[in-house]
Amino acid sequence: MTEQSAAMSAQRRATPSAPVGAVRRVPLHAVVVGLSLFWLVPTAGLFVSSLRPASAVASTGWWTALRPPLRFTLENYAAVLGAYGLGRGFLNSLVICVPATVMPIAIGALAAYALACMPFAGRPLVLLMLVGSLVVPLQATLVPVFQLLAGWGLVGSFAAAWLAHTGYGLPFAIYLLWGSMAAIPRELLEAASIDGATALGTFLRLVIPLSVPALAALAIFQFLWVWNDLLVALIYVGGQPDVAPVTVMVSNLANSLGRDWQLLTAGAFVSMAVPLAIFFTLQTYLVRGILAGALKG
Amino acid sequence: MSRAVVSALAGFVGVPALLAIYLVGIERLLRQVSIRRRRALQPWLWLAPALLFVAVFLIYPVGYTLVLSCLGPASRGFVGLANYRFALTNPGMILAFQNTLLWLVGFSALTVLCGLILALLTDRVAYGAAARTVLFLPQTISFVAAGVTWKFVYAFRPAGDPQIGLLNALLVGVGRTLNPVAWLVVPWVNTLALILVAVWVWTGFCVVVLLAALRAIPPDVIEAARVDGTSEWQLLRAVTLPLLGPTIGVVTTTLVIFALRAFDIIYVMTSGNFGTEVIASRMYKEMFTFQNFGRASAIATLLLAATSPAIAANVRRFRRPPEGES
Repeated sequence: MTEQSAAMSAQRRATPSAPVGAVRRVPLHAVVVGLSLFWLVPTAGLFVSSLRPASAVASTGWWTALRPPLRFTLENYAAVLGAYGLGRGFLNSLVICVPATVMPIAIGALAAYALACMPFAGRPLVLLMLVGSLVVPLQATLVPVFQLLAGWGLVGSFAAAWLAHTGYGLPFAIYLLWGSMAAIPRELLEAASIDGATALGTFLRLVIPLSVPALAALAIFQFLWVWNDLLVALIYVGGQPDVAPVTVMVSNLANSLGRDWQLLTAGAFVSMAVPLAIFFTLQTYLVRGILAGALKG
Repeated sequence: MSRAVVSALAGFVGVPALLAIYLVGIERLLRQVSIRRRRALQPWLWLAPALLFVAVFLIYPVGYTLVLSCLGPASRGFVGLANYRFALTNPGMILAFQNTLLWLVGFSALTVLCGLILALLTDRVAYGAAARTVLFLPQTISFVAAGVTWKFVYAFRPAGDPQIGLLNALLVGVGRTLNPVAWLVVPWVNTLALILVAVWVWTGFCVVVLLAALRAIPPDVIEAARVDGTSEWQLLRAVTLPLLGPTIGVVTTTLVIFALRAFDIIYVMTSGNFGTEVIASRMYKEMFTFQNFGRASAIATLLLAATSPAIAANVRRFRRPPEGES
């Protein structure tokens, strides 16, 4: 998807294109276009339905709306954002997401710096622990963490989500940043320390600026992960309208008004707005993050 | 509303401020001690906040889950292995295990296959990048949104009524005599229908990772094989696939881990009804609906045990820093 790789594939493509090739390539195009449609059509149908009047959604398939007379409306969005509380849910999601993204990255950067740039005896043990906890299923932590948060009186608050997402996000954050920081040439770090820079000075002026690509990829990942999360929010934050994020609200709608498709489709699209915006603007970073070892589900 | 504003301020301003104070504090502290002490102390002070979080939210909970799995519903009274006996013999649990197995095999195999085919094919057409953008799109949305999207595709109306779900409309429209299917109700069909949603979401990930590996194959290896007159199919089987082997392994591990803890899609689309329950959704039900923390912990422990080979593999593989980032 980068320019370089696109050029490489263009070069590779050029090889087998004889005149006969054009006909033989028809099945290839059919499969690629067909599968692309399979991936696109469900979302397109969701979007079209969210713009149709309730009576039309209930009586005919969304594809019939593409023929004239075209009748589209924004009233479904007005309903879910207002009466069904998704406007508030959208806000709640943002309030959850920003600290839950900043905290693991900031704390993880400190830890990654120590692991990558400071030699010490316990390092292999710490790495082992972090890498081991990278794929621990959240389910194995739910009950004790729930009891802890309940003991602190935090269940049902934003803080519960911030703390839990920070804990759950840290192993991956440290792992990704460690890789980036370990690649910084040792001579640079040594030169800085000879010049009398403190650890904090080196961290802020040298290590952080050099880690910007990794930090950006990580920020996008963690933000998307928290925005799209259901389980953590469902258990530690719950469904109260003043705290519930948009995923919890939409899943509640899906379970309660199973037949009001015009509302459900609009609700699902509200929850997709931020991820889609990120996807279309920051796709390169997203792909880079995945390739750097995105092992989190 | 005011609560959200206060919380937001605390989160947006308070947390970075706390960290800044901590960093300046440890710098001050380290200036007071001898160089030898500083060398020994410094890494741990930089690590401390992270270790605290990981210990409190991952290490301790995993250990305590093991303890809880031998206690009663309200986390009191030792019950031995009774919770495990329940988890391994209850008919509902056995069904959940069967479904999870189906998820593991069906989902992983189908996703890797789709990813591989699409990585190979989109690399050969001029609009490959655009196609991959479309394929990757579901990866960015939540499973909740994906679940609603497909619940609508699977929507069922009795025969004779106009079908508003795409799949049943195709079925009734193309095969005139066919009856619409309640995709999310019929046993086994519904689990496969749910798996298909996960395949739809995860294929983009596979395509991206496999394509990167595909393009990392040196062009001269491919050229040499072509010069030798190898057919495209032989090339794929004898050269490309073996070279992609390690990457396919990594991708499959990721998918297996996801399949084990798949929860959102089931929760949103069927709530675990009609025999679609898997281990992860069953664990949620025991914990939240039945408030039986002992049984929930036993199920969670089994899930952890099933994941442990992947954890061990990770530890072996990742002793060194990841590549490709700088």
